[in-house]
Formats: sequence, structure tokens, C-alpha cells
Amino acid sequence: MKLDSQNIEKKSPLSEEDTVVIARPSRLRAALIALVAIVARECLRFLQQRGRFVAALVRPLVWLLVFAAGFRAALGLSIIPPYQTYITYETYIVPGLCGMILLFNGMQSSLSLVYDREMGSMRLLLTCPLPRWWLLSCKLLASTAISILQVYVFLAFAALIGVHPPWQGYFLIFPALVVAGLMLGALGLALSSFIKQLENFAGVMNFVIFPMFFLSSALYPLWRMAESSPLLRDICAANPFTYAVELIRFAFYQQWNGTALGLTLLFTAIFMGLAIWGYDPGRALIRRKG
Amino acid sequence: MKTTLAALLATCAALPALAAGEIWVTNEKDDTVSVIDVETLEVVRTLPTGERPRGITFSKDFSKLYICASDSDTVQVMDPETGDILYDLPSGEDPEQFVLHPDDRHLYIANEDDAITTVVDTETRQVVAQIDVGIEPEGMAVNDAGTVAITTSETTNMAHWIDTETQELFANTLVDSRPRHAEFTKDDSELWVSAEIGGTISVFETDGQTEIAKIEFEIDGMHPDRVQPVGFEFTDDQKTAFVALGPSNHIAVVNADTYEVEDYILVGRRVWHMAFSPDKSLLFTTNGVSGDVTVIDVANREAIKSIKVGRFPWGAAMRPTTSG
Repeated sequence: MKLDSQNIEKKSPLSEEDTVVIARPSRLRAALIALVAIVARECLRFLQQRGRFVAALVRPLVWLLVFAAGFRAALGLSIIPPYQTYITYETYIVPGLCGMILLFNGMQSSLSLVYDREMGSMRLLLTCPLPRWWLLSCKLLASTAISILQVYVFLAFAALIGVHPPWQGYFLIFPALVVAGLMLGALGLALSSFIKQLENFAGVMNFVIFPMFFLSSALYPLWRMAESSPLLRDICAANPFTYAVELIRFAFYQQWNGTALGLTLLFTAIFMGLAIWGYDPGRALIRRKG
Repeated sequence: MKTTLAALLATCAALPALAAGEIWVTNEKDDTVSVIDVETLEVVRTLPTGERPRGITFSKDFSKLYICASDSDTVQVMDPETGDILYDLPSGEDPEQFVLHPDDRHLYIANEDDAITTVVDTETRQVVAQIDVGIEPEGMAVNDAGTVAITTSETTNMAHWIDTETQELFANTLVDSRPRHAEFTKDDSELWVSAEIGGTISVFETDGQTEIAKIEFEIDGMHPDRVQPVGFEFTDDQKTAFVALGPSNHIAVVNADTYEVEDYILVGRRVWHMAFSPDKSLLFTTNGVSGDVTVIDVANREAIKSIKVGRFPWGAAMRPTTSG
């Protein structure tokens, strides 16, 4: 090995043009390498953080086993689309809890971005000679993949305690989970671009995660909200998370919900646009000058 | 080989025809009968009846439909093809439930307000006997041999055993509070009686009229007062009974050999009676308060759909059809 390096040193230096040809892969290949590297890094990080995995699983399971059991009789029954018959409350909240996993994980990923920025690894990533939007999309795909993995593990536990949708639903929710995961991940990305310090993340918890989760159709159907307050129902109907949950709910029962899909995609585009704008180095330069 | 194949093909071809059928449901508050198609699971007809229709049953060849029009104090006979009321039968006052004797001719009718059981000959359209029973009779059953009829009385809390030869009572057995429904097992060896307020089903040996088992129900998170067994049906193999539990909004699945409850299925509000589809693969339950009928996949013990019918659906009866 030592000899080899000596040999290399002895060789005449390559021309600048030759060096470029050897070192730089094609743009597409570079983009894919970046995607694989970022997804692999996120997966590795997730696997090493066993506590995070357990916490991600325990949270929805506690809701399912404790909260849903307690409210089973209190919340009453009603047939609403996509359900064809009466369902237990546990069955109702499963899609909402899948959404909860995506929401918390999307925010968790944004938290890790803030951490990366504080540690400097974010700067290293963003200096990579690839378009900024692509790097952010890779981050987004990575966090969505991890979220979906968690959702399926949660669904396996739910099935063990007897809460399960029709078996076809497990396949059909996959695209719905991807779309919903991208939307909530993009929201996390957008938020992380505006959060300067890790300490500020508590505000995200209080002002984004909790209101988004509680003011949605995840825990109660919108007609139930309307019974207590029409304003509350309208707020829930304006919440993007509601549409992510409904998209998953309808997919579980093999039904199409064009409104939910369209709005989830629209919000994904908006949040992603905000994230790209937030991470725009030109904007940061302007701010610094100002 | 060819014969076997032909028989197999004939059987396969016959399967859809066997499965085709209708479920007829009486709507107590609407004075109508809703007809549900078993294949499409949709209401295909709604037909007017007398006041407060409750008990409902078909003649053996399904050419006549008998309906207890309680507040009209009559049993109506309907042509199921046209939906026309053909004639009324004398039934005594306030007929609530009835059962057709295996001879396909005699109806045993519980007259709730008069504390009697009326026996009507459907051919001569004459009352052939009136038997004094306990207060507020409701549940009616006749064994397969046609030798014993049962009337349960809601307030006396008894099952009254009637000899169909003499049309006289030969035994009375105590059951729990407010008995609602009675059924013999197919081999006539057992009689099951549900008690709404008692929350139980009493199982009697028919030979000695002795109680051999009592089935109790318990649903997690549900107050015991709301668990009220009413109508029930046995599967063809007699291994399983499906029991409607009234305001608990559940159907219990009972192992008929061990008398143990194996499962509970969520259905609509105040589930009352039920009927199987022709091939017994589906069970249709009438849910009074929610005004719908829940369809249960019998093999998977799972509710698959609830179908809106009229107000306060009460009784249900199956009619096979050849179309389909």
C-alpha cells in the first residue's frame, strides 16, 4: 500500500482535464449517490436511536390502548364514509394514529436538521455541488421512508390486539402514506429553515404539532366537532393534517378521496416551496447584509 | 368421470341461484316492509303493511308472507311477488310474534295484551284454539316434529309448553326476567329461551323440561344493564348461535356445544332480530333505534355493511329467489 502511494507520487501529474473526468460522475449518478447516501445516513441514524424508535411506537400505541378504550362508549357510533358499517373507536383512530406517526416523525426530522445545522454537518451537505432542492428532497424522502416503516410496525401491533382494516388496505395505504409523509416532512423542512436554535423547537411542539393533531379528524370525525362548535369544525377542515389523515383512512377501505389527495399534494408543494425558499443561500446573504 | 364432472358443473352453476335471495324486514314505526337484495345489499322494494308490523315469516314454499300487524290486531297475508295484501287472518288482539307449524298450516300467535296464544288455521282462516298463558306473551317456537309449541311470557317470566295435539299447556318453566325469544335446536333436544332483563339465555332439555345451562353475556366497557339478549338464530350445523343483545349494539357468537360466548360483533343500535341469507353465509340483523340492518359475514364473524331501512326495523325473514 505504501509502495503504491509512492508510485503514484512518482507518476507525472495528470492534466486538470483528466482529473475532472475521473473524479466527477454524471449529474444523474451524482444525484442518485446523494440520494442513497442521505437515505442511508438517516436510516442508520434511526436504527442507532432505538429510544426514538420505541418512543415513536409507544406514543400511538398508548393512544390506541388507553385513550381509545376509555372513549369507546363515550364517543358513540355513526356510519360515515369510508366505513360501510358501525366501527369501534379504536378502528376509527387507527388512520389518525398513522398520521400522528408521520407528523411526529416529520417534525423529528426537522429537529435533526436544526441539530445538523448547529453541528455544521448541514452546511457540509448544502455545499455539495447538487441543486439545493434535490438535497432537500433527498432529506424529505429519507424521513418519509423511516416514517412509513414505523407506521407498518405500529399497524402490526394494532393487528395483534385485534384492530385491523381489510387486508387489501395494508397495500393501498402505501401510496397514501408516501404522499402524506412527504407533506408532513416538507412542513418539517420548511419549519426547520426558520428555526435558528434547537431550544426554539419546543415552540414547534406547542404551536404546530399539538394543534395540528388535535384540530383534525384524527381523533374525532368532523361532524362530531361541528356538534360542539361549527368554528372548530371549520378550523379542522382548514388543517392540512385532516386531509392527510382522510387520505390514509379512505385508502385503508379501498376508496378514492380525490379532495384529500389533491389538497395533500397541494400542501406538499407549498411546504416544499417554503423549505427551498427558506434554505436559499441568497436569501440568507440578503438577511445577513440587512 | 363424465357424470361426476357434469354434476360438479351443475353444482357450480347452481351456486349463484342458491345464494340469491331477499331479506324482508318489518319497520315497526313506518308501517312498511323493506326488501333487501342479498346480492346487492340494497333495499329494492318498500311495501305498505298494517299498523306496527313486527313478527314476519314465510310459508314453506315462500308463496305467502305472514305479517303481525300488531296495532291493526291482525295477521296480514301478503303476496311476496306483487306486494299486495291478499287477506287478513283473525289473530286475537295485539299479535306480536308468531311461528308457523311444520305442517305449514297452523300459526301460533302470541297476543301480548290478552295473555293468550291463538292458533289459526291459515287455510280455513279460522281460530282453532286460544290457550291461556302468562302475562304479555311474546316469544313463540314449535319443535321440528311439530308436537310442542312454546310461548314465553314477558311479565310472568316463564316458558309455557303447549301440546299441539290437545292445544293445552303441559308444563311451565321459569326463566330469567322478561323472556323475549325461544328456539328449539334442529334435533329438538334443546330449547333455548332469551331473557332480556335477566341478560341470559336458558337452555332446557326438552324431554324433562329441565334447565341444563345458562348463558351469560359480558361486553368490555358496557354496563351489564345494556346487555339484553333478544332474538337469536342457529347456524345450519347447530354448532353456533348468533344472539342479538339489544341496546348493547352487539351480536354475541355462542358455541352451541359448550354454551360459551366466543365473540361479540358490533352492529347498529338496539339490535333485535335477525335472518340468514339463503346460503347462510350472511346474517342480517335489525337495528331498531338506528333504523338499519347490519350484514354480518358469518364465516369471518365480521360486520361488513349497514343498510338503511325504515324506522325501527323489528323482524326479519329470508326468501330465496332464482334470479341472479
